[in-house]
Amino acid sequence: MIDALTLALGLAALALAAWCGFAFSRDQSTKDWHFIGMAVVTVLALAQLVIGVVRLAGGDKPAQGTAIFVAYLLGAAASVPAAGFMSLAERTRWGSATVSAGAVVLAVLEVRLYDIWGG
Amino acid sequence: MAQSTEANGTGEKPGFDLGQGPGRLLVWLYGVFTVAAASRAVVQMLLDFGKAPLAYLLSAAAAVVYAFITYSLVRGGPRARRAALVCCAAELAGVLTVGTWTLADKSAFPDATVWSDYGMGYLFIPVILPVTAMLWLRRAEGTTGR
Repeated sequence: MIDALTLALGLAALALAAWCGFAFSRDQSTKDWHFIGMAVVTVLALAQLVIGVVRLAGGDKPAQGTAIFVAYLLGAAASVPAAGFMSLAERTRWGSATVSAGAVVLAVLEVRLYDIWGG
Repeated sequence: MAQSTEANGTGEKPGFDLGQGPGRLLVWLYGVFTVAAASRAVVQMLLDFGKAPLAYLLSAAAAVVYAFITYSLVRGGPRARRAALVCCAAELAGVLTVGTWTLADKSAFPDATVWSDYGMGYLFIPVILPVTAMLWLRRAEGTTGR
């Protein structure tokens, strides 16, 4: 369950990164559609956070420690919205680049989360 | 943001801001690394400081440098620019020193730092970032006065 969501979120993050990277290459700022994409990815990340916490409360133990797992869950939930807010203030191609970088960060966090949960 | 729209053709404007345009991406990346290094240092110190005190203290030092550069980029102005330039140089020196050190004497580092193996665990961004930032800060020179 957690693994499937981690995979889905990682792929969604990469898609978002590619999409915003495309906007960057076309010299465009982030548009409404990009923000909808960010919202979808953020909702998935929040769902992951909730499911992760529920699983912890249910007695599951991540292989590499609970504190690190929670820290990565919080980071994963925060990275895309934070980058989104920065792109709101930067209405140039560099705003798109920032969101793209934020999505790459999320994808990396998902890989790490997979390791931390499963060992 | 309103001033920045008055950019002239060359892309240089009176109120040149370190945290705008490409600088925005740098602010974001430095912010991410501040959080990454700080949380790494805090979690590891709380869990088991005795395991690798040197590595954890180096991560904490890296977090402080990252935080200061982030702040300087956001703040802008000639003084912040110079301060950030010095810190980026220190950051690059730190990455290269710690990177070499971790390769030369693995026994000193039972656990990794942010800068271990030239930041390999972080996609080598710790090496690339200070170079990029210094190029950006140098380009910003002259547009912020001095």
